[in-house]
Amino acid sequence: MKVALFVTCLVDSLYPQVGEAMVRLLHQLGVDVDFPEQQTCCGQPAFNSGYWDDAREVARTLLDAFDPYDYVVSPSGSCCGMIHHYYPDLFAGDAQSRRRAGALAEKTYEFSQFLVRVLGVSDVGASFPARATYHPSCHGSRLLGVRDEPLELLRHVRGLELVPLAHAADCCGFGGTFAVKMGELSGAMVEDKVRHVEETQAQVLVGTDMGCLMNIGGRMAREGRRVRVMHLAQLLYEGTQAQHRREIVG
Amino acid sequence: MSQTGIRERAKSALQDPLLQQAVQFTTDRLRTRKANVTETFGRWQAWRDRGRDIRAHTIAHLDFYLQQFADNVRAAGGHVHFAADAEEAAQAIVDIAKKRRAKLVVKSKSMVSEEIHLNRHLEDEGVQVVETDLGEYIIQLAGETPSHIIIPSIHKTREQIRELFTKAGGENLTTDTKALTGFARRTLRTLFQSADIGVTGCNFGIAESGTVVLFTNEGNADMVANLPRTHVVIMGMERILPSFADLEVFSHLLPKSATGQNVITYMSCFTGPRRDGEADGARELHVVILDNGRSRQLGDADFQDILHCIRCGACLNVCPVYRQIGGHAYGSVYPGPVGAVLTPLLNPGPEYADLPYASSLCGACFEACPVQIPLHDMLVKLRRRHVAQGLAKRGERAAFRGFRLVFARAGRYRAIIRSGRLGQVLVARHGGIDARIGPLRGWTQTRRAPVLAKRSFRESWPGLRQELRQGNRPPAAGTEGAPAHETAVNKE
Repeated sequence: MKVALFVTCLVDSLYPQVGEAMVRLLHQLGVDVDFPEQQTCCGQPAFNSGYWDDAREVARTLLDAFDPYDYVVSPSGSCCGMIHHYYPDLFAGDAQSRRRAGALAEKTYEFSQFLVRVLGVSDVGASFPARATYHPSCHGSRLLGVRDEPLELLRHVRGLELVPLAHAADCCGFGGTFAVKMGELSGAMVEDKVRHVEETQAQVLVGTDMGCLMNIGGRMAREGRRVRVMHLAQLLYEGTQAQHRREIVG
Repeated sequence: MSQTGIRERAKSALQDPLLQQAVQFTTDRLRTRKANVTETFGRWQAWRDRGRDIRAHTIAHLDFYLQQFADNVRAAGGHVHFAADAEEAAQAIVDIAKKRRAKLVVKSKSMVSEEIHLNRHLEDEGVQVVETDLGEYIIQLAGETPSHIIIPSIHKTREQIRELFTKAGGENLTTDTKALTGFARRTLRTLFQSADIGVTGCNFGIAESGTVVLFTNEGNADMVANLPRTHVVIMGMERILPSFADLEVFSHLLPKSATGQNVITYMSCFTGPRRDGEADGARELHVVILDNGRSRQLGDADFQDILHCIRCGACLNVCPVYRQIGGHAYGSVYPGPVGAVLTPLLNPGPEYADLPYASSLCGACFEACPVQIPLHDMLVKLRRRHVAQGLAKRGERAAFRGFRLVFARAGRYRAIIRSGRLGQVLVARHGGIDARIGPLRGWTQTRRAPVLAKRSFRESWPGLRQELRQGNRPPAAGTEGAPAHETAVNKE
């Protein structure tokens, strides 16, 4: 099984620790991932802003990078959603690229999806004694249909007290360029999200998309909040380290 | 219509806490009710599929069904007026009013009448127009326009309504629901009896019989349609269903999606005017069918589905943007996600071209839509059209060309990240960026921006791969040797 990591530009440049946690966790589960370096970005910022020609040229880096692999796994439901949901439209005018995009979509999985659906793992053997709440990202859940997988993984973490988040399915206000273009509106949305997180009295906010977590975390940092913001992969990997386990359930 | 852009209007709406309080209170209630009623009803997705299929079939054959509908309205004794645009539709109704020497027109709720600015046209001819839907009545007294498709006065608080009614009637009212609705009922009842013309909208036009179907909760539409001598229906050309069997499906989808009601209070069907020997009904029935940009969407693979919309407002109730800014900030007749799509389609050109940007593309609208219109995809495609028409800002165009130049080649991307890391030392503090500079301002005025990592993932990859291949059990993940628990995004 040849597995490639699609790290996403955001994780690559801003949150490499998320990619690293993912690679290490997968290694523990017996999956050695490769990192083809031609990859850059799925093209979503340009695509969502209406610049499809620009988006297409960037998206091609993924078609090329992941050609030789059986599976592609990524820490972002949004970037995977872009490949699954929008690449057919993006490459509609070019039959060959469209075929390649279709093949890519078929083998591309979001991190939690890959664990639960491909590897059949819902317990990674992690322990993380903390009170946590989970923000389901819009694109992961609505474009890609990843709803239960992250929760299933979290439910199996020993010591983790998972508390429900009010208005969880409401967008945090990130939306890529939306957050900059409509800054005030986006700011009001993230304020609501932070208030709901606060109300849970969770010590940890966990999610599956660093775009959303950068937004929510950025607001909390500005307000001096002490809630720790983590990608699911970080929480799971750290949870396995805490126990210094040699054997991991797989 | 609107002088400012959506961003400015959104900004001022955000300064109005009463607006947010009112909108959030009501949309929360509607969401909960809808969730409960659809859960109890069961198989909601199957009903949505059926609804989508019926609408898709009808719109794909709209020429046939519309003709059948018009023929049957005429066969039942009604008059049909096809209007190419808002002006023609308003003129048709003004002509009817003139012919009937009408002094008073009563109306039940109709978004299409808002679209053609009917009240203004009638008032210009000296005809008094009174809205009889409670919400519409409230905003008419306030001199405003609807801010929601089905709850026009959603932005008003109880206290604001009390003030409006007290001012209008000279009575000192309390904020008690009974006191407020009692006032409206007393005032409106005399008007129903003295009106010359009643104007209603049309939720569904049944092609097989030429029947106009109205869904209402207050019973006012029945008064409007039956008491005056003349009944004028104004409807969009897409509002057709082939048969009563199809109506059954929508009698579930519409009220459940709109207000979380299991069934609507009044479902009224009008087939032609009053016949000889019948005890009630208008003597004369006119049906005005409006195009106004709708037929332009037929055959457009990207946008034809917008004609499937049944105007339930469910997309507004779940929209995180609408929740913050309410309906007026959209600056258009139709607000919310459906408005942000429909308005620029019906009115192409620069005026409403910025509405599709009032969305984070979260997809909640699509998820809520009873006929599964992909509104989130349409918003993206409208942005694309906006760019293709050359309406985007030059700076933005250049920025995305730059994005392409850098991100289409991994080598360039890598180099840019490296130089960005050198540049950011000028603005980074406490492991983040708070400076409100340049394009970053939209972000940093409410949030800290992250900084580029000391080593990108791709830079640390060779080492990581090496380490894992050697099978060593490494220290915890992190950047620059920092333990992972110190690297969460909001840590300093």
